[in-house]
Amino acid sequence: MTALRARRQDNAGYLFLLPWFGGILFTVGPFLASLYLAFTDYDLLTPPRWAGLANFRAMLDDGRLHQSLQVTFTYTLVSVPLSLAVALGVAMLLDRGVRGLAIYRSIYYLPSLLGGSVAIVMLWRYIFGYQGIVNDFLAWFGIQGPGWNSDPRFALSTLILLHVWTFGAPMVIFLAGLRQIPAMYYEAAAMDGASPWRQFRSITLPLLSPIIFFNLVQSLIASFQTFTQGYVISNGTGGPAESTLFYNLYLYQKGFAEFDMGYASSMAWLLLIIIAGFTAINFLAARYWVFYDN
Amino acid sequence: MTTDPAGPRRFLRHVLLCGAGVVMMYPLLWMISSSVKPSARVFTDESLWPATWDLGNYARGWSSLAEPFSLYLVNSAVIVTLSIAGNLLSCSLAAYAFARLRFRGRQVFFALMLGTMMLPGHVLVVPQYVLFDRLGWLNTYYPLLVPHFLATNGFYIFLMVQFMRSLPDELDDAARIDGCGPFRTFWKIIMPLCLPAFATTAIFTFIAVWNEFFAPLLYLTDPQLYTVPLALRQFMDSEGQSQWGEMFAMSFVSLAPVIGFFIAGQKYLVKGIATTGLR
Repeated sequence: MTALRARRQDNAGYLFLLPWFGGILFTVGPFLASLYLAFTDYDLLTPPRWAGLANFRAMLDDGRLHQSLQVTFTYTLVSVPLSLAVALGVAMLLDRGVRGLAIYRSIYYLPSLLGGSVAIVMLWRYIFGYQGIVNDFLAWFGIQGPGWNSDPRFALSTLILLHVWTFGAPMVIFLAGLRQIPAMYYEAAAMDGASPWRQFRSITLPLLSPIIFFNLVQSLIASFQTFTQGYVISNGTGGPAESTLFYNLYLYQKGFAEFDMGYASSMAWLLLIIIAGFTAINFLAARYWVFYDN
Repeated sequence: MTTDPAGPRRFLRHVLLCGAGVVMMYPLLWMISSSVKPSARVFTDESLWPATWDLGNYARGWSSLAEPFSLYLVNSAVIVTLSIAGNLLSCSLAAYAFARLRFRGRQVFFALMLGTMMLPGHVLVVPQYVLFDRLGWLNTYYPLLVPHFLATNGFYIFLMVQFMRSLPDELDDAARIDGCGPFRTFWKIIMPLCLPAFATTAIFTFIAVWNEFFAPLLYLTDPQLYTVPLALRQFMDSEGQSQWGEMFAMSFVSLAPVIGFFIAGQKYLVKGIATTGLR
């Protein structure tokens, strides 16, 4: 009787998971296929030919690949910590019963929903263009700014600022986390004469560290895969002078403009390994700075 | 006569927050303002309030691309609606199994689901493209829609699992005693209680799919099938003609639904993002 019920529950569980099983096939199948394709020469028209390590060897001499790695690393390593720091800072300003919290939160949060859209990246081109409002603003101080997007030295910085502009999503998560810290911790610390900085270091940071960690891992993974911003700001070229040639933009050019799909697959795996490496380092380092209450 | 010692500091904080708010909103306000200025004055009239108005930007922008803008809006709306339906259906089924049913392999599958949440999607792009090409799905909406019906987004499953776990177990027990099988229990008891989680999923799906650029770029080459982001991009190819007013007008049209959904569904968004973030 109970065995029958257990079997019936088994079957029901699998039935409910049926679409998800289909989705797993859609994920695991391509995952393995891309590993295979990474070691082949494949142009979509003729069957893949085994090429051994040729793709990976070619990467060593591929200057555009190195440039795209540099662009992606610079972007990620600057914009992720910067936007998380801003998010945390603003969340702390908003935390202690500010009047108008809901309005501030909405204003800061809205950009994070729009930041990935083509319209906003196009807008960024003009805001930071030679005649854009950023230069209008600088003109007040007698500074003539360059065309920020058309100058290879600055083009990537404008996209980093776009990333920072979307700090609202992690901010909302930080706000929810801050609210869970009991106020009496701060009261007790204040009574013992702890300065605000000391309170931040000894109460806020440790208790918020699991959430900071979660945000850090997620933002790094997402940021390494940036595509739309680079594509739209440069109209697909990665210019000027390859300064916005994000890794995935180059992968797209290789795979879907040149149809060198073997090479694109090996690029995909290189990035996967990089992301996995960063995530692993994150998890290892977490032992030393992430504090779990229970 | 007492003065609040925290007064000046509180005032300073509001000045800071307001200043930051202006900086955050300025790009959007500038875009809206530029959308009602004559194209020639977009970069010369610096004030947010236009010196001269040109509402014709909207009419001209609407018809200045290969197809009327309404076609792109309809295309996007169709894809978004079906994607929401697919996500709600497939993710809620999976979430119910993970949250409230006991079966062999549940924990393994759940771990696998969490693993796919971390898997960078770019690794799948090439083989999926090859697969969809073989299936004859290029220049159709299938590559954009089918994944949503197969519960491929772990975040939504996770969100719903969290929500369903918070419901009391007695609900299922009572339903079973009354003779409900798992499907009736799911449909009649659990689904109606999960509406807040569904609302969050629907809004997130709306915004993600409405803004999605990469997949449509990859799979749609026929301008008749273009979604709004692909359509907007065409303005950049015709940049030489400096139709800035029209471009910003259509940019605003493309963002307006997202802003509308944000205002309508803010409560669910904030709650949803806080749950997925906190675990």
